[in-house]
Amino acid sequence: MSARQAVTASRSLDVARIRADFPILSRRVHGKRLVFLDSAASAQKPQAVIDTERHFYEAEYANVHRGVYWLSQRATDAYEAAREKVRGLLNARETREIVFVRGATEAINLVAQSYGRTFLSAGDEVLITHMEHHANIVPWQMLRDEKGIVLKVAPIDDAGELDLDAFARLIGPRTKLIAVTHVANALGTVLPVEAVTRLAKMYGIPVLIDGCQAVPHQAVDVQALDCDFYVFSGHKLYGPTGIGVLYGKAALLAAMPPWQGGGDMIRAVTFEKTEYNELPWKFEAGTPHFAGAVGLGAAIAYVQSIGYDAIATHESELLAYAIRELSKINSLRIIGQPRRRSGVVSFDLGGVHPHDIGTILDHDGICVRAGHHCAQPTMDRFGVAATVRASFAIYNDRDDVDALVAGLSTVREVFRL
Amino acid sequence: MSELRDLYQEVILDHVKRPRNSGALAGASHRADGDNPLCGDKVTIFLSIEDGRIADVRFQGRGCAISLASASLMTEAIKDKTEAEVRAMFERFHTGLTARDEEDAANALADLDKLAVFGGVREFPVRVKCATLPWHTLVAALDRATQPVKTE
Repeated sequence: MSARQAVTASRSLDVARIRADFPILSRRVHGKRLVFLDSAASAQKPQAVIDTERHFYEAEYANVHRGVYWLSQRATDAYEAAREKVRGLLNARETREIVFVRGATEAINLVAQSYGRTFLSAGDEVLITHMEHHANIVPWQMLRDEKGIVLKVAPIDDAGELDLDAFARLIGPRTKLIAVTHVANALGTVLPVEAVTRLAKMYGIPVLIDGCQAVPHQAVDVQALDCDFYVFSGHKLYGPTGIGVLYGKAALLAAMPPWQGGGDMIRAVTFEKTEYNELPWKFEAGTPHFAGAVGLGAAIAYVQSIGYDAIATHESELLAYAIRELSKINSLRIIGQPRRRSGVVSFDLGGVHPHDIGTILDHDGICVRAGHHCAQPTMDRFGVAATVRASFAIYNDRDDVDALVAGLSTVREVFRL
Repeated sequence: MSELRDLYQEVILDHVKRPRNSGALAGASHRADGDNPLCGDKVTIFLSIEDGRIADVRFQGRGCAISLASASLMTEAIKDKTEAEVRAMFERFHTGLTARDEEDAANALADLDKLAVFGGVREFPVRVKCATLPWHTLVAALDRATQPVKTE
């Protein structure tokens, strides 16, 4: 092997081997090879995650932070080791900055309900963008209805890019929180979050970043980003459902009141007064989904064993191929043409309703998302009610793209386009 | 492809391209809005009922091929029918699309003439609500519902 080949090999990713790690990919759907292009909704699980969860339940399971017995200590150690894995993934300074939640939705609600209700008052502004997932819109609207805060929305252009100048102009003396997505789930736009946090820091405004669609595809360093909150869902990162992460800077989390009360989040309870637990457990009331956290830890280890460089190289090459091939299809319009795109491509085909396209593709074993992608304002911005979205993960290959293109020619045939 | 052609029959595609009785109906005696939040399909049904019969019917809406064609074909099928007849047709239509037993389904659709083209929808359970949205909305109009209906 030449030196050049060696360099390439170390950075490239063996898709066939990766596909073999995902048991579900070997099953057939409607007699066809499963072509899974909906990982942005939820990713499939590698054997390592399935085995880890199973082993945890079979050999190490007991409630955490409670038992004096050995097994409970084992379970607690596994749970806290998963927290350390998340810390490493995000390069957070301390593990106490990592709060386990059900998912990104719960994480944003936690920030809105705890931070928002405490530190924002009537007339204060929360600034978001026009391409947020409903999960980064609705919690702020609820806060608006309760506290009288104002929700400001930064516009996007026809390419699906954030208008950074307009964004900067929307920052004012009443702006108390900025909440933006890292990668837009409906368009695939990678937002300039570094520029957003730089701007915010000039005015001392805390920034929350929704990292759901970023974490599966690229390395994230919350210290380098200097964001105040970063959230993501485990199930999009090849982990189990029902487990997600809220990263928050320790000083902010410490100043925030708990948002749910119960066991585990307390240090001492009397009927007169309760003393809350330390970070991060202050925010983890009740028995947490620690088995899910352990599974997420395995998913992180799996992703890290492949490496984000190899993942990014593979996925960007595949995405470029998909866009090239889709662009050749008559009457197909790709929604959004961002300069930096990650993971997804959304499109319209000759005005055929995405649900009709979804049904026809499903018939060929192809899973795509058809609908508004929980981003109705984004859809409205582009004048469509819904789109078809193909999204890519480490286990997708050119055969998947070719199957999608072939499936779309069936759509054209059925609808005589 | 043949299963897909069973779903997307020529009649259905024709009604998608050239919807019948589409538009608002001035002076409608009954109207209702329906929507399917999952896919964003929306339909409004306008009725003009005279002497207990559907004297005129129009629909407005946006949606997938199945829901648009269903609305269009429904408007043709229910004209001049009595309220009771229309409700009975929906019963049979619904059975035809959802009955577990294939023969029950076929029997239900047998006397619905053109509406039998929706028989293929039964093989695509997630699409049943697309075909039934206009009918649910129609029933809501008959019931003079003031709340928009959602599909099941």
